[in-house]
Amino acid sequence: MNKTQDKTLTRTLVMLVYIAFTLVPLYWLLNTSLKTNEETLSVFTLWPNAPTLNNYKTIFTDPSWYSGYINSIIYVAMNTVMSLLVALPAAYAFSRYRFLGDKHMFFWLLTNRMTPPAVFLLPFFQLYSTIGLSDTHIAVAMAHMLFNVPLAVWILEGFMSGVPREIDETAYIDGFSFPRFFLRIFLPLIKSGVGVTAFFCFMFSWVELLLARTLTSVNAKPISAIMTRTASAAGMDWGILAAAGVLTIVPGALVIWFVRNHIAKGFAMGRV
Amino acid sequence: MARIEFKNLGHAYGSNPASLKDYALQPMNMVWEDGGAYALLGPSGCGKSTLLNIISGLLQPSEGQVLFDGRDMTRMATRDRNIAQVFQFPVLYDTMSVFDNLAFPLRNRKIAEREVQARVREIAEMLDLTRDLKQRAAGLSADAKQKISLGRGLVRKDVAAILFDEPLTVIDPHMKWELRQKLKEIHHQLKLTLIYVTHDQVEALTFADEVVVMTEGKVVQQGKPEALFLRPDHTFVGYFIGSPGMNFCPVRVEGDAVLLGQQRLQVEAAQLQALKNSSGDLKLGIRPEFVELAAPGTAGAVSAEVTQIQHLGTSQLVTAQFEGMSVKARVAPELKIATGAQWLRLAKPETIYFSNEERIGR
Amino acid sequence: MNKPYNNKAWFFILPVFLTVAFSAIIPLMTVVNYSVQDIISPEQKVFVGLDWFRDVMRDSELHAALLRQLIFSFCVLLVQLPLGIGLALAMPHKGWKSSATLVILAMPLLIPWNVVGTIWQIFGRGDIGLGGHVLNLLGVDYNYASNPLDAWLTVLLMDVWHWTPLVALLAFAGLRSIPDAYYQAAQIDGASRWAVFRFIQLPKMRGVLVIAVLLRFMDSFMIYTEPFVLTGGGPGNSTTFLSQYLTQKAVGQFDLGPAAAFSLIYFLIILLLSFVLYNWMQSAGNNANASGGQHE
Repeated sequence: MNKTQDKTLTRTLVMLVYIAFTLVPLYWLLNTSLKTNEETLSVFTLWPNAPTLNNYKTIFTDPSWYSGYINSIIYVAMNTVMSLLVALPAAYAFSRYRFLGDKHMFFWLLTNRMTPPAVFLLPFFQLYSTIGLSDTHIAVAMAHMLFNVPLAVWILEGFMSGVPREIDETAYIDGFSFPRFFLRIFLPLIKSGVGVTAFFCFMFSWVELLLARTLTSVNAKPISAIMTRTASAAGMDWGILAAAGVLTIVPGALVIWFVRNHIAKGFAMGRV
Repeated sequence: MARIEFKNLGHAYGSNPASLKDYALQPMNMVWEDGGAYALLGPSGCGKSTLLNIISGLLQPSEGQVLFDGRDMTRMATRDRNIAQVFQFPVLYDTMSVFDNLAFPLRNRKIAEREVQARVREIAEMLDLTRDLKQRAAGLSADAKQKISLGRGLVRKDVAAILFDEPLTVIDPHMKWELRQKLKEIHHQLKLTLIYVTHDQVEALTFADEVVVMTEGKVVQQGKPEALFLRPDHTFVGYFIGSPGMNFCPVRVEGDAVLLGQQRLQVEAAQLQALKNSSGDLKLGIRPEFVELAAPGTAGAVSAEVTQIQHLGTSQLVTAQFEGMSVKARVAPELKIATGAQWLRLAKPETIYFSNEERIGR
Repeated sequence: MNKPYNNKAWFFILPVFLTVAFSAIIPLMTVVNYSVQDIISPEQKVFVGLDWFRDVMRDSELHAALLRQLIFSFCVLLVQLPLGIGLALAMPHKGWKSSATLVILAMPLLIPWNVVGTIWQIFGRGDIGLGGHVLNLLGVDYNYASNPLDAWLTVLLMDVWHWTPLVALLAFAGLRSIPDAYYQAAQIDGASRWAVFRFIQLPKMRGVLVIAVLLRFMDSFMIYTEPFVLTGGGPGNSTTFLSQYLTQKAVGQFDLGPAAAFSLIYFLIILLLSFVLYNWMQSAGNNANASGGQHE
């Protein structure tokens, strides 16, 4: 039995060390966000001597800050919905049928994931300006679809292939029209797949900076762009920067928390 | 080769089992002789896999002991127990060749390579795998893979017992028979103790010297196939074995008469006495094979209504109903039967009576 | 599943095709367009054929950035793969500990990339960061803003912090799909811990590991935001990788022609390397299967 105890001890140690490694920089961000700039720059303290919520207050009350969050959330939500809407039928087609050019199509979709966003910077900028969508949420949402839709199709196709065709056929025999079948029978069966896809779309869109910054200037400026322009003549405002950072982590943390069971279940099913 | 003994062996997953219902395996005693072939038969969830895992050491029982040849193995680790196990689906090391798969258990125990080679070839010969030895294990058919799994158990000379957990589940029906034959051959040749878990009574009855029937964590009977068939100790055994299973009708004793529903049943004196001495729910059990079509008023017969006759080629299966009860009879194929009134003889020497599910007169 | 052949499926594909084509093909055509022209002014464009491509290939700064990028991606794979697999092996499978571990581990993946840069920017500084401060206390002369090696190590550490969870989660998913019976059989066969890893776990994780390698390679090769926020590409250009180099050229210096030419080359490099990697991993896996284990 000692061998098992040793094994468990090693595993626990490894996990604790790595979890510490993950959390310490995050803690430090939080720490910095709760200090005034004076304190940050003068003394080095492991936790704030005089904890303050001023940095957060500024962000919540100053439109030039909080608008960033709102903008980000808007285009991320748009992107997730739009990506799902176009990916669902496509994934269904890939899963259920063969057709002319299907393998090539699938591969081409995946290669889009391999394109460096930097390559598209200028063309995107010109393209969206030309069609009058410069500095809009929809522009960013659409730009992000280039990377999210292939991923969405790939993930959804995997889940859909796990649903036997017999179900489709039974539904048709029972007189279901295709839209009704899809909405009422098929979708509920793959809801964890839809969840996983939405999660990944959210993730990639929320974290991306380059395109989001390039395509926006004032109206749809995301929080990431605002944060990267915070250097001022007086030096970096570390407190506000840290607070802004902490606030960007919150949506992500909430999302993981809510889908944690689905993630665990997804792993248990062995479906990646 | 080992004689396996269980002493008060039981397992409950919770910490303080209050009643028998909390046990996955109810405490029991049993002995399996060295070199015997035993089947653990029962429906899903009856505890047979729990028992198997206790024997192999993958599960520690919450109470009782497991003994191999008199030695207490209860707390011993799996690798020291010298058992082998074949699982429901083939478990192979995909990246290795067939040869390396078979050699794996020996190499892990640091056996000399020359001996490994000899032993592997010997076992491969026995299992008809010789021509596949150099091939990648992952590319073979399901039955070949299961043979390899079996082979890994046989290569070790000191193996005490081989455990089979529903091993024919993924095998094509026409290969099942071949594999079963192969298992019998091996048993005959090597005289190993074999323990075979299944929910398929045909597999159990053809494979084993003795069958252990289990239900809901309880061992209800251990015995030879004929014993299980003719003298089930428990209604479950009567119901589970045989296709279709035993007929059961509730009976009551009133004074000197045995009543089946509203009808009087004439019962032999000794059996009548046994019934009178018993208490609790009384049941009459008789296998369809023994139910006779009788003339009206025959001793031990009741009046019924035949509702269905299925001609099965070698026999006919007759279903009859009376007073809400249903009885099946298996009769000769040439008999002319019509639906409608028919007397059936149910009280015969072969009839078994049960009190609270247990056979009267054990 | 036997899939029937039906070209009407194209109706379902159409939305995706149009969206992605719009976002991909039009810009790509623009890039190709720019790559073969010299744009002196919006009205004056001269066709120059493959001139820009030749210039780009000869650009020594580009070579330097490419070299840095290759080294970086190599280091990334070298560290993150074993670490991710090791984590997956150590992670709990059931219970509240499993959920908690998954959540904590996944957190770095959901942080906007510029914030990742900011976190490490603050953390690594000697004056206001825990990491920098502790290192200085221990007597280590550490400054990522002025010392190229320190900058490299910090960028690498940041990437490890940021992306190892992805490898770990993928590997974990692969591990979880292994039925218990394999471990039981290994116990019965007397296999050592290493043998279990080598003959059961690693082979069964092959699929997810291929995905992990490809994703990490491609993403590390395209990295921009995090090192940009952390070091700005410095000190000097010691941490300027390919994407930043391209962005500087395109947006900073407004050399559209060379930038466009380089974009195409960049894209092709990734495509090629990914293809090579993928094939190498597939055949390595098949070879391992074919030759079987050896006589150890």
